[in-house]
Amino acid sequence: MTITNEPGAQVAVPTDLVNVTIDGVEMQVPKGTLVIRAAELIGIEIPRFCDHPLLDPVAACRACLIEVDGMPKPQPACAQMVAEGMNVHTQHSSQVAAEAQAGVMEFLLVNHPLDCPVCDKGGECPLQNQAMSVGRPETRFTEEKRTFPKPINVSAQILLDRERCVSCARCTRFAEQIAGDPMIELLERGAQQQVGTADDEPFDSYFSGNTIQICPVGALTSADYRFRSRPFDLVSVPTTCEHCASGCSLRTDYRRGVVTRRLAWDDPEVNEEWNCDKGRFAFRYQSHGRINAPLVRENGELRVASWPEALATAAGIFEAARGNAGVLVGGRSTVEDAYAYSVMARAVLATDDIDFRVRAMSDEEAGFLAAVVAGSPVTTTYGSLENAPLVLLVDIEPEDESPIVFLRLRKAARGGTRVVTVASHLTTGSEKMNAELVACAPGDEVRALTELSADIRTALAVPGAVIMVGERAAAVPGAFTAVADLAKSTGAALVWVPRRAGERSALDAGALAGLLPGGRPLTDATAREEVARIWGISADRLPQPGRSGRALLENAARGDYAALLIGGVEVDDLRDADLLRAALESETSVVAISTHHNEVTAAADVVFPSGVVTEKSGTFLDWEGRPRPFGQVFHEALTTSDAGVISAIAEVMDATVEGSVTGIRGQIGALGPWRGARTTRTAVAAQPAAAGVRLATWRQLLDLGLMQSDEPHLAATARPTVARMSAATAAANGITEIATLTGPAGAISLPVEITEMVPDVVWVPMNSEGSRIYRDLGLGFGDVVQISAGGRP
Amino acid sequence: MTLTPVITEHWNDPTLYTLDGYRSHGGYRALATALKSDPDAVIATVKDSGLRGRGGAGFPTGLKWSFVPQNDGKPHYLVVNADESEPGACKDIPIMMANPHALVEGVIITSFAIRANHAFIYIRGEVPNAIRKVAFAVEQARAAGLIGKNILGSGFDLEIVVHSGAGAYICGEETALLDSLEGYRGQPRLKPPFPAVAGLYASPTVINNVETIANIPYIIDRGVDWFRQFGTEKSPGFKVFAVSGHVNRPGIYEAPLGITMRELLEYAGGMRGGVDVKFWLPGGSSVPMLTAEHLDIPMTYEDMAAAGTMLGTGTPMVFDSTVSVVKAVTRWLEFYKHESCGKCTPCREGTYWITGVLEKFEHGHGSQEEVETLTHLCNQIAGRSFCALGDAAATPYPAALKYFRDEFDAATHTPVDETFDPRASYVFAEAAAR
Ligand SMILES: Cc1cc2nc3c(=O)[nH]c(=O)nc-3n(C[C@H](O)[C@H](O)[C@H](O)COP(=O)(O)O)c2cc1C
Ligand code: SF4
Ligand code: SF4
Ligand code: SF4
Ligand code: FES
Repeated sequence: MTITNEPGAQVAVPTDLVNVTIDGVEMQVPKGTLVIRAAELIGIEIPRFCDHPLLDPVAACRACLIEVDGMPKPQPACAQMVAEGMNVHTQHSSQVAAEAQAGVMEFLLVNHPLDCPVCDKGGECPLQNQAMSVGRPETRFTEEKRTFPKPINVSAQILLDRERCVSCARCTRFAEQIAGDPMIELLERGAQQQVGTADDEPFDSYFSGNTIQICPVGALTSADYRFRSRPFDLVSVPTTCEHCASGCSLRTDYRRGVVTRRLAWDDPEVNEEWNCDKGRFAFRYQSHGRINAPLVRENGELRVASWPEALATAAGIFEAARGNAGVLVGGRSTVEDAYAYSVMARAVLATDDIDFRVRAMSDEEAGFLAAVVAGSPVTTTYGSLENAPLVLLVDIEPEDESPIVFLRLRKAARGGTRVVTVASHLTTGSEKMNAELVACAPGDEVRALTELSADIRTALAVPGAVIMVGERAAAVPGAFTAVADLAKSTGAALVWVPRRAGERSALDAGALAGLLPGGRPLTDATAREEVARIWGISADRLPQPGRSGRALLENAARGDYAALLIGGVEVDDLRDADLLRAALESETSVVAISTHHNEVTAAADVVFPSGVVTEKSGTFLDWEGRPRPFGQVFHEALTTSDAGVISAIAEVMDATVEGSVTGIRGQIGALGPWRGARTTRTAVAAQPAAAGVRLATWRQLLDLGLMQSDEPHLAATARPTVARMSAATAAANGITEIATLTGPAGAISLPVEITEMVPDVVWVPMNSEGSRIYRDLGLGFGDVVQISAGGRP
Repeated sequence: MTLTPVITEHWNDPTLYTLDGYRSHGGYRALATALKSDPDAVIATVKDSGLRGRGGAGFPTGLKWSFVPQNDGKPHYLVVNADESEPGACKDIPIMMANPHALVEGVIITSFAIRANHAFIYIRGEVPNAIRKVAFAVEQARAAGLIGKNILGSGFDLEIVVHSGAGAYICGEETALLDSLEGYRGQPRLKPPFPAVAGLYASPTVINNVETIANIPYIIDRGVDWFRQFGTEKSPGFKVFAVSGHVNRPGIYEAPLGITMRELLEYAGGMRGGVDVKFWLPGGSSVPMLTAEHLDIPMTYEDMAAAGTMLGTGTPMVFDSTVSVVKAVTRWLEFYKHESCGKCTPCREGTYWITGVLEKFEHGHGSQEEVETLTHLCNQIAGRSFCALGDAAATPYPAALKYFRDEFDAATHTPVDETFDPRASYVFAEAAAR
C-alpha cells in the first residue's frame, strides 16, 4: 500500500502495521492508511464523491462520514487515517454514520437538476448510483432550486453544466495536483460556488479530458461526446492507445459500429487512471478517409480490384523483385504486423533492406538501437521513474512526446525526484516537473553531456538514476554515443523513448536491417538458426545485412530496387522526403498497405487496405518495452491487418508468412528472448557545431498529425504556434513581434514569444499550423536557419 | 461584581492610540520585561495565567503557543485574527481603534515567545478606521525601534504586516484566514496538519484573537497572580464584554469573567423602555440563545457550557419582547447562507435549504411538518460540516424552537410582522409614539 520514494527502493514492504476494527472485522493495515481504503480491503464500500485514491484528500463532500469510537463527531473516512486500536463503524454498524451519509445524500440532491434522462453520465453516475442506495425515495425539498445558465465552455472541448456540479473539487485537484495545469478553480462561495476559469484563459490542458471521467456527476462533458449516447447503449472493449509510446490502457466504447468515445482505463503500473487528450479524443481518423478496397494501377490510374487480383499482382511484382526489394514499415505498426514485414523481407523477398523509422534517423541511432534497446527486457519502468533519485532527459519533451511519462515524472518530482533536462530552454512542461535545465543548443548535446556538472554525474551514479533519450537525438551526430557512454560510466539506467506507438514494436520485431526479432543480430549464426527454424526455412536462405535509413532511401531514390513494400508511411514525416518522393516517381514497383490514402498510395502500383486498431487485435510495446496487447473492437470489419495482407501475398507466392495474431505471438513466444551476444555499437564522434542560428523543434502533442484529423474541438485546445527565442537573439536580429524563418525549402513567419533560452537558437513547433518544418523549411532539429524580422504569419 | 477596566482603562484619553499616549499609561513596559527574560519563560507565564482565547473557542493560549515546535529550523509566524465578522461581536474593532498599541505590544511579546520574526494582523476589510489605527500604531512602533531589527537591543527581530481582508466571514476561521493571507480563496483547510505545525506557508503558526493578544502586555506587566485574582479557576481574568441590543447603553464593559448578564444589563442601563428581556445570546449569533431565566448564570466558559450554550466571543446580544424569534433566526440563517464558503455539502446546501424554509415561516407559510424538517436539517449539519461555520448555522433554530415553539407554530398561518409589529422594536419607537 505504501510506495516509498527512497532512491532505489522498488516496493516497500509495509513495516508499520496497525490493528483496526471496521464493523467488527479486525484487520492489520499499514500505518497512515485512510479508513476508506482500509474498508475497501474487506469489501465495505463507503459512499464517496470527493475522494479519489490518486488525489490528496479534501474531505469536502462529507458523503463518507463514519463513526470512530472515542471521537465526538462522525469523521470523513476519506481523510481519517487509521490508528492503532481504532474501532470504526461504517453505515453498516452505526446509525449515526448511516444517518449522516443519508443526510449528505439528501443535501446533494437539493440543488441537483436530476436531469438524468438527458445527462451524459446517466447510467454510470456515482451520484445516481449512490442516490439509489443511500438516498430518500421522495424529496422534502419544495423550494426553488438554484440554477445557472447552461452550459459554459471551460475550453473548446470541455463543457460545464454548473447546476450538476457537486463541488467535489476532483477536477480542480486533478488539474492542479496531477496535470500541473491549475487553469480551473472553484469560484464564488456558498451555493453559488462553481468551477470556472480566469477570463480568456481556457482550460487548455493536455490532460483536460480526465476531469470528465473523474467527475462524479455529469457536470463536465466533452463537446464531442455530449448528448451522443447513453452509457448503457455502448459496448466497451479494453484497448491500448495507438497514438504514442506511453502505452495507455484505454476503454473503447462503440455503438452501431462507430466508436463514440474512449476512456482512460486503469493500469496502475502504466497510466494509473489517466491518459492524454489526444488518446481520448482523437479517433475520428479511424472512420474518415479510409481505403476500403484493394486498388491496382491500370493505364496509369488506380482502380478498385478484387482481392485475388490485387494479391496476384502484388505477388507478381515481388516474384520479380526477390533479392532486390526494400521494405518500409512505418512507426505505427503493432508487434505482429511489424513481425510479418520482417519475415516477408527476409524469408520471401530475400532482402534485409528494411526500416521502420519515418523521421530524422541515423546509422548511429540504428547501431544504438540494435546494441542497447532491441529485445532488451523490461527493467526501467514507470515505477522506476517514480523511485528514481534523478532522471536526466536528453532531447525529449515528455509533455508533448510521451504524456504519461510526463505525468509520472511530475509525480516523481513532487515526491522528491530530481529531474534534469538537457534542452535549449525550460518549457512549461519542464517547469511542471520542477526540472533543472542543462542549457544546450540543438547539436551541442555531446558537449553538454561531457561537461555535465560533477553534482549531476554523482547523482547519476546513485542506484535508480535514469537517463531518458528521445528520438530527436538521431539528428545529432555523437549524441547516442554520448548518452550510452554516460550511462556506462555512471551506471545509470538508459532508456530510449520514441514518440510513436509502433517504434519499439517494430524494433523488437526485427524490422530494421541487421536485426532479427528479439534483438538477434542477423550476423549471428545461432540467431539465424533459431529464426530460420521458426520460419520454416534454412538459415542460409536468410539474407546478409542490408541497408537501412538513408542508405535505403538513397537506393530507392536512384530507382535501384525492383520493388518497394511500404506500410503506413507519410512522405512528409521523413526528414529526407525528397528521396522517397524520387523513389515513388521512379520505375520501381510499389506495393502499399495502408489505412488511409496518402502520397505513397497515390503513387503505388498495388494498394491494400489495412485495418486500424479497432479492426484488429495486436500488441504495442511501450517505451518500457512492456507489451500492451489489445483486442479487436469490430469483429465484422472488412479489412484485415497488415500481417493478414502480407500473409496472403506470400501464400500466392507459395511461401509462408504467418498472418494471424495468435500465430505470430506463438512464433515470438517460441523464439523466446535472445540470450546470445548483442551487436556492439560503433562510437560516433560529435561534429563541430555550424555557425549561425540553430533550429530547435519537436512535435507538439496536439498538432497536424494525421491521426488527429477531423477533431475540431481537440484542435482548438492546441497550443498556439509561436517562434521562441531569447531576447538577445531577437534583438541581434532586429526581431520584435514577428520573425521569418527561411530554409532551403521556403520560409515561414510566426509571432515571436521571447523566452529565456540559449542564444542563437529559435524554437518552433515541428508540425503545427503554419509551421511544418520539414515541408516548409526543408530543415530539421539542429539545422542552421536564417531568421529575420517581420513577415506575415 | 464591579467592572475592571484594563484594556479599556484609559479609553477616555483621546491620545491613547498614539505611542506617547500609550506610553504615558505604562505602555511597552511589559515588552522590555519580556525581552529581558526568556521566550520559554514568557510562554510559561501565559500558561500559568490560564488565559483562554477570546476568539470564541476559549482554547488555552499558553498551551497553544507551546505546540509550536522549537529549533525546527523553519520560520515561525504569528497571525492575529482581527476579522471580527460574527453578528453581534464588536469588541476587537473597538480595541483596535482605541488601544491599538496594546495589540502591537502583545504581538511583539508573543512573537518573541514563539520565536517568530514575522507577524501578520489580518483585519476585516470593511473597517478602514481600525486598519488605519493599527497601521499607524505599527508605524510609530517601528519608528521608535520597537519593531524591526534588534528590538531594544535584545537581538530579537520582528516585522509586522497589517493585512486587510476582503469581506468574508469565513476568513475569520483560522485556516481559511491562512489561505486568504497566502493569496488564495478563503476556505478552511483540512486538519491535521494543525497550524502550530504547518500553518502559514506550511510553517509553524500561532493564530490568536485581537483581545487575546491585547491581554498579554498586562499579564506580563502585572503578573499571573494579579490576573488570576479575577474570574474563576477555569476562566481566569477579565473580558471585554460588548453588550448590544435593546439596552439603554449598548457598549463595551470590561469585567471579570463570572459576572452575570443581569449585572451587565445594569451597567448597560437596563432594558430600553423597561421592556422585558425575551432572549439573549452570550457571544454572537453562533451560540445558542438563552432567556430571561438564565440572567443570573455566571458568564464563564464552564457555566455557559453547563447552560447549554457557549461564552463565544463574550459579546452578548439582548432582545426584548418586541422581537419575533422567527425573524431573528431567519436573518441569522440568511447571513450563514451568504457566508457559507461552499466547500462542504451540509453547510452549502443546508443553509440554502433552511433559509428558504425559514423565509416561508416569516411570511406565515410554514407548516408543522416543516418545523420537524428544520430540526432534522439542522441535525444533518451539526457536527457533520467541515468547519465550525456549519455548526454555527445549525445553532440558532434548535435553540429558538426549544424556547419559543409557539412562535413557529404561529408562523404556519400568520406572517410574523402581523404578530410582532416591527415598528415596536425601532429605536425611535418611543419618539414615534410621542
Ligand atoms: C466561521 C468562523 C469565523 C471566525 N471568526 C473569527 C474572528 O473573526 N476572530 C477571531 O478571533 N476568531 C474567529 N474564529 C475563531 C478562529 O477560528 C480561532 O479559533 C481563533 O482566532 C483563535 O484565537 P484565540 O485562541 O485567541 O481565541 C472564527 C471561527 C469560525 C469557524
Ligand atoms: S465539475 Fe465535477 S469534478 Fe468538478 S467539482 Fe463539480 S462535480 Fe466535482
Ligand atoms: S499518453 Fe500516449 S498512449 Fe496515452 S493516451 Fe496519450 S497518446 Fe495515447
Ligand atoms: S461548514 Fe463547510 S461550507 Fe460552511 S464555511 Fe465551513 S467549510 Fe465552508
Ligand atoms: S468522500 Fe469523504 S468527504 Fe467526500
